[in-house]
Parts: sequence; structure tokens; C-alpha cells
Amino acid sequence: MSKNSEYLIERENKQYEVIIGLEVHAQVTSESKLFSQSSTKFGAEPNTQVSLVDAAFPGMLPVINEFCIEQAIKTGIGLKAKINKKSVFDRKNYFYADLPQGYQISQYKYPIVGEGKVILDMPNGQKEIGIERLHLEQDAGKSIHDIDPNNTLVDLNRSGVALMEIVSKPDLRSPDEVNVYIKKLRSIMRYLGTCDGNMQEGSLRADVNVSVRLKGETEFGTRCEIKNVNSIKFMQMAIISEANRQIDLLEEGKDIDQETRLFDTKRNETRSMRSKEDAHDYRYFPDPDLLPLEISQELIEKIKSDIPELPDEKKKRFIDKFNLSPYEATILVSDIETSNFFEEVIKNSDVKLATNWITGELFAVLNEKNLEISQSPVSAKNLSKLINLIKDGTISGKIAKTVFEQMIDGDQDPLIIVKEKGLKQESDPKAIEELINKVIENNSDKVAEYKSGKDKLFGFFVGQAMKESKGKGNPQLINKILKEKLNG
Amino acid sequence: MSDITSQSLFELTSNIKEKKLSSGEITKAFIDRAQKSKKLNVYVTDNFEKAIDQSKKFDSNPNFDLKLPGIPIAVKDLFCTNGVRTTAGSKILNNFVPTYESTVTQNLWSQGAILLGKLNCDEFAMGSSNETSFFGNVQNPVGENLVPGGSSGGSSAAVAANLTPVTIGTDTGGSIRQPASFTGTVGLKPTYGSCSRYGIVAFASSLDQAGPMTKNVRDCSMLLEVISSFDQKDSTSIDYKRNNYSKELSKDIKGKKIGIPKEYRVDNMPDEIEQLWKNGISYAKDCGAEIIDISLPHTNYALPTYYIVAPAEASSNLARYDGVKYGFRSPGQNLIEMYEKTRSEGFGDEVKRRIMIGTYVLSSGYYDAYYLKAQKVRQLIKKDFDDAFSKVDAILTPSTPSSAFKIGEKTNDPVSMYLNDIFTVPINLAGLPGISIPAGKDKNNYPLGLQVIGKPFDEQNILNISYALEDKINFKNDISDWWLSE
Repeated sequence: MSKNSEYLIERENKQYEVIIGLEVHAQVTSESKLFSQSSTKFGAEPNTQVSLVDAAFPGMLPVINEFCIEQAIKTGIGLKAKINKKSVFDRKNYFYADLPQGYQISQYKYPIVGEGKVILDMPNGQKEIGIERLHLEQDAGKSIHDIDPNNTLVDLNRSGVALMEIVSKPDLRSPDEVNVYIKKLRSIMRYLGTCDGNMQEGSLRADVNVSVRLKGETEFGTRCEIKNVNSIKFMQMAIISEANRQIDLLEEGKDIDQETRLFDTKRNETRSMRSKEDAHDYRYFPDPDLLPLEISQELIEKIKSDIPELPDEKKKRFIDKFNLSPYEATILVSDIETSNFFEEVIKNSDVKLATNWITGELFAVLNEKNLEISQSPVSAKNLSKLINLIKDGTISGKIAKTVFEQMIDGDQDPLIIVKEKGLKQESDPKAIEELINKVIENNSDKVAEYKSGKDKLFGFFVGQAMKESKGKGNPQLINKILKEKLNG
Repeated sequence: MSDITSQSLFELTSNIKEKKLSSGEITKAFIDRAQKSKKLNVYVTDNFEKAIDQSKKFDSNPNFDLKLPGIPIAVKDLFCTNGVRTTAGSKILNNFVPTYESTVTQNLWSQGAILLGKLNCDEFAMGSSNETSFFGNVQNPVGENLVPGGSSGGSSAAVAANLTPVTIGTDTGGSIRQPASFTGTVGLKPTYGSCSRYGIVAFASSLDQAGPMTKNVRDCSMLLEVISSFDQKDSTSIDYKRNNYSKELSKDIKGKKIGIPKEYRVDNMPDEIEQLWKNGISYAKDCGAEIIDISLPHTNYALPTYYIVAPAEASSNLARYDGVKYGFRSPGQNLIEMYEKTRSEGFGDEVKRRIMIGTYVLSSGYYDAYYLKAQKVRQLIKKDFDDAFSKVDAILTPSTPSSAFKIGEKTNDPVSMYLNDIFTVPINLAGLPGISIPAGKDKNNYPLGLQVIGKPFDEQNILNISYALEDKINFKNDISDWWLSE
């Protein structure tokens, strides 16, 4: 990475580097929970998706949901990571009202997935972020403190839902990298169908580890962990605020305490949740209700053979096959729905035009209306028709924009719009010649000026001719005939 | 025909099938006797009314193809029973009524058995004398103010006192075999993974096993056949071909190699137990078995290992009893206070002691020295048995280092109480099957048991050896019905 793009925080002649590691909690896409058959559907009435196992009734036992295991392996493969053929479920013991068992089943010493990597496309090139591990664990329920003035209410619908905790190495160096990292991780999992990445519904959350050090230093500083941040924007705010807090302490000659902190989004600051001394002793030990998890090479191979083309490979294909720029390819592959839309459009139409229209007009509309591409008001089929109308000269690019604006309203067929509104481009040379004659007649003074050497006036004639055609004249034809007439 | 309640399971099923007795008659006989036996305090919760109804229902449409046709059975109060209160002997579950059935008890009902009631036990199965139960001591029918053993003390007393034809208990470190030994009855702990743990209130998950407690070995084989099954609801349940234990029961043990481990000759073992063991050995020889001296070198470490592993698991298993979802709750000003009051008032001393030991051995800084080391020793103990079983087919030892003791005698000395499990604990740590059969009496005329230990899944073999020994020993429990009231 070039020096001038480094994210550094300045203090009187000193420059501090920010070291960031993320523990991302991603909800596994699965119909049922990690150790029970309860539904995982979001938004159900409280406590309607709770089995005896989820509520930890006496004598109830966890039984592993094999689909969740396969999803974790799939994600591991997507992260180019080592799949551990033997892993162990441990109990993480602590008391809380929304933790019915009094322990969370997680993986501590032996996670299902080991080291891997994620490639970030940064403006000045690629950067590799190491993955330390991925492990499976149960989610807890939800404590609701603001409904009843005297009691905390507990909703166990989430209790037992499968999460993947994806731990990065401390390789991230700026809020921008965190943004790109989370989006890339989300993109990979959405390609794989292993996590929907929906941050509003809590399917993706992160604990953020932050430390600072003087630029050039090789040792890490003392880190603080900011718990449970649920949007990229808040992660970035939390990192900036926490890094500055730590630097302020160092500048004052104080020590940084290793501790767990919470981010207060309203005040834009982190505050201490518990110090290292108060840290929970989770008393991890292997869950005796579950045997060690053994994964066969056959299963890994089977899952590998089902892995779809992932963003990095797709990007390479788009560049090689369609001659897209890396920038365009990055945008088009960032989300699987976008890349699917793009590939659907170019099945029957020009790649260059499709790229421009999707990343230009369509994205503008989606942004303006705050829609996902899956909710696009214009279908891939109709967009491809529009592009073909431009390509074959039926309409000009300018008219196409007018047509597109109308297509948005209920995904209308551009062919019908063009026909009904009479927007078809005038490409009959005779008709063009006629209207050019008219322009020349009406502007004899300008013609004289042009002929005397004022070449710049050519544009004026084009404009007049276009106006005369009510915008429908074929621009190439107008150019051609005008040149013949004026120069002839 | 002898008195109904003194009949074995085998006799009762034969009499029902031959229509000499009805389920109604049998059920009523056991209930009548129970009404006169309250002094023993074996029942925590009875199910008498429903049992009568069910027996009538059975008689109106009997199915004699079932293995337990209309047989009334009381079970340890550690098995969750749908619609019938299940307490685990604890105040914290005093009001708990499950909406589900344990797999093992479901197996009983599916074979035609009828629930008589729930039997007293040590709180969460933690104890060797039934004295830790929230519901009070159980009297051993062998003699007044004598403990029935534990933790399945209500179960052993109920079988010995003819209050249930057979019963099921659970055994984590000896909780079936030790009370069987104290009451002159038969108790078998199956191989870990044989009987499903689904719906059994957990004590120490890697050790807990349900098993039959009966008057004799044949009944034991009949009951094991019913309760042992593969269950997908328990991830530690093992899918293997189970024998038709009662059908394949045989006294022919000629040529079987039986190991005698020298490490089981512990210090201060009473002479009468040494003698009992010698008698057992000579009976085995009489039956044509070959006696081989073996060594189980890590035996001494079994008890300390057990008292690390079992409390560690228990401390985590019992975390769910927090007053939030079900069971007893003592209100507090905030969550922490509610937890503290609920658990302080809801659990008894022994349970609290084990939760504290378990929490300690799992704590950061102590984990490696205690829990991890115990797991390693556990592997060594298992290996001892693996090595021994490469030379012998079964192992014969005493079941306990003493006979039943007086109520209150050991309550202030937990370590001496724990020593009761010295011969039974290694078998749980190794996951092996073990059976205790009555084999003689001490100078007070209190019963003493011998234990036969088998290879994994070799229940048939230890049943057969026990069946042969039982025949030679010809043990007679003389119980005077001293507790009966009119």
C-alpha cells in the first residue's frame, strides 16, 4: 500500500497507526436451530419458536443440526480456509436470564474452521486480511428491558440459533478497510447462501478489537474490545472514537487497560463495560452431551463441488471475458444479486452498454428509492430490450433516458413506450435531408459564416437539425448529411 | 401361588399371560402394600389413582405380546414423566411437572408397564445414602434406621420391600449397584450409550446411565431388554445390536475367564467382604470358570478422578435451575439477588458442595491441574480395563467396601461417604457395564454384594455369570416387614 493512503491519526509531530481485528457473528442460514428443530424465522411472536431444548428443560439434550455444519464448512471453503476434520463443542458457562442452559454451546480450543483469508479491493490495490478461525456457536435469547417498567422480559426465539463467529487477524488498519472487509465477507456468504448478512435483523454483528501504536512500531499496543456493534457505520465511528481515546491516554502518559467496552451511538464514544480483572471466567470445557465433531474428506469434497463461483473468481471472469475494467467488475460482483442481474441483461444485449446502464442509471434509481437490486423497478429483461433499442439505432441514448424514466413506473416494456410515444429514431436519409435543407434555408447567414471558416458553427447546425426532428433524428445521419451539404 | 407383591417380574408376567392374575389385582396389591409402608418413605409422588385406571384399561383389552403386560412399576424420580411431577429429590424442582417423557420410561410404557409413582433419591442423584433428598431419608427394609444406599435409595428399598416388582434407577458412580448391594437386590449399570439419557435429569452427562433394579438376575435381563435402545435424541446413544437378554440368559459359563483385580483389596476392608469375594471366586470356579489374577494399576486414582469430573459436569448441568423458567424461585430485588436466593434456598448442602467443587476445578488457573488431568487419568483407567479385557471375559469384585450403615452415621463426613463408591466408580469412568448381585451377609445379617464387570456392550455375558453365581449363592433376603402399619 502506498504511503499517502495510510490511515494515521496525527498528534504533535507523531503519527499513530490503528490496528483492528474483527470477530464477526454471522447467523447461519438454516430453517432450524443449531441443536434443535425449532424454526429460525425472523419476526415471529416472542417465545413461539422455542423447543424444550432451547428453553433448557431438565433432561433435554442437544442434537447437532448437520445442515449447519455443512454451512460452516461451505463458508470455510469460501474463506479459503482449512477445514478441521475434528472439532469439539465446548460449554461457555455464565448466568444470564436469556441464556436458559446457563451455558452457551460454542467451540473453544478446536474450531471447525482454521486459518483462511479474504481479499479486499481497496482504491489503491488489493489487500489480504487473514482469518484466524471460524467456529459454530448458539445464539442467546433476547432480554427486553423497556416494555415492562418493573420486569425484564425474555424472548427465547433466538435462543439456540446457529451463529458462525469469524475471527480476523489484526490485519485491518482503517475504518475504510473495515467497511470493505465486512462487505466482502457479507458478499462471500451471500454468494454461498450461508448467511443473509442482514444487519437490520441482527444476522451480522461484530465485536471490534482496537489498539494503537506509533507508526513504525512493530509491537502491538494494548487492545480494547468493543462489543456487539451492529452496523458498519457504527463500527467505523466506534473505531475512530476508541482509537482517539487510546491515543489521548498515551499522549497523557497513561496506560491503556485491556478491557471490554460498549459503543454509545448517541454520544459517539465507547465506555467501559468490564475490566480484565472483572472478566468472566467462562469455565470452558467440552460439552459431554455432544461427541467430538468428525468430518469426512468425502463430505468436504461434496461441499466443495457445490461451491458456486465466488466474487474474486467472478471478477476475474468479467474482466477477462467481457473486457470490463477492474473497477466496473468490482462493482458488479460485489453483490450476488447484482452480478446475476448483470449476467441476465447481457445474455441478449451489449456488455458495454449494460455495464454503463446498470452502474449508472439503474444504481442511481435504486439509491434514490433506497432499494436492493432484487427489488429493482426495471427487470433485467426490459433493460436488455432498452439496450438493444439503443444498439440497433432505434432510439438515441438521450431518448433512452426518457424511456427509462417511464419504464421505472411498473416495469414497462420499452418497445411499447417507444411505439406509443412515437419516439422511434428518424433514420430515413430523405427525411433527414429534408429537415437539414430547412435548417440551411432558415439560417443562410450562419451558413455564410461557416463557409467563411467558422468551423465551430457545425455544432449549431447539428443542434438545430436535432431540434427540428424533435430529438428523434439519428445523430450519425444528421452529422453525415450536414457535412455533405455544408462542405459540398 | 405366593403373595402377589413378593413375586418376581418373571412370575407376574407369566401369571398375567396365563390369566391367573389381572393387571388390576397386581396393581392394587402393590398400592395396598405401599399404603402400609409409608414409614419407608420410598415415594416422593404416587400415581396410584391413574395406575388403577390404567390397569383396568389394560385388563379390558389386554395385549399379552408385550414384555411388561400390565405390570405396575415405580421409577426413580430422576426420570421425567409426562404429567407426573418430577423432582430429582430437590426443592428446586418441587413443583415441576414435565410435559414430556424420558425415553427409558417411554420404553417401559410402550411394553405395557404402568407407572405406580416416583421414588425417592438423593438430590440430583448426589449421594450414597439417600440422605440428601429434600423429601427425607428412606428406610432400608433390611433394618430400621439403616440407609438403603444411594442415590437410587428409594428404588432399592422399594424393590427389597416388595413395593414394586422391579424398578429403574440411574448410576453415575454406583447409584444403582451400591443401593442394590445394601438391600440384597440386583442392580445393573449398562454400558455408557446403551440406555438413552433423554429426559433424565442430568447429574454428570459423561457418566450417567439408567439401569434395571430387580429381585433377581432373570428379572434384570427382562427389564434391560426393554429399556436399552438406540435414541437419536441423545447424541451419546450408541446404535448397536442389542441382545434378547432374557431369552439368551444362560447359566453355562464354563471356560469363561474371570479376572480378580488385586488393587480392589483395599486397606481396612472388613474380613467378611474379603470372605464374600473368596466365596464368589470359588462359586465361579465351581461353575467351570477360569480365575485369572489381573491388575488395574490406576484404581487408586479413580475416586479422586470421579470427584473432579462428576462435579465439574454437574456444576454446569445444574446452572439451568436458576428460577427463571420453571421450578422454585425465591424473588429478589434484581436478577443476581434472585439467582442467589433461588439457588441458596433451592439446593441442599451436598449439591452446593459439588457445584462449588465443580466450579473450582473448571476455573481458569485450575482447569489444567484438575479437570484436564482428571480427563487424562480417566483415559488411563479406561486403558487398564482394555488391557485386562484382552486377558479375561469379565471381572469379579465386591460391590462396596461395607454393608449398609446407620442413618446419620456419615452425614458429617463427606469423604467417608464418597469412599462407598470406591469399587463402582471406576466402571462409570471407563463406561463399562457392571452388575451387583446379593452374595452374602455381614455379622449383622445385612446384605453384601458382588460386582461383575464386563466389556463394553457385553451385558449378556455379565448377566449370564451373575445368573450362574446367583444359583450357587442362593441368597435369601430375610426382611421382616417391620415397618408395616395397618
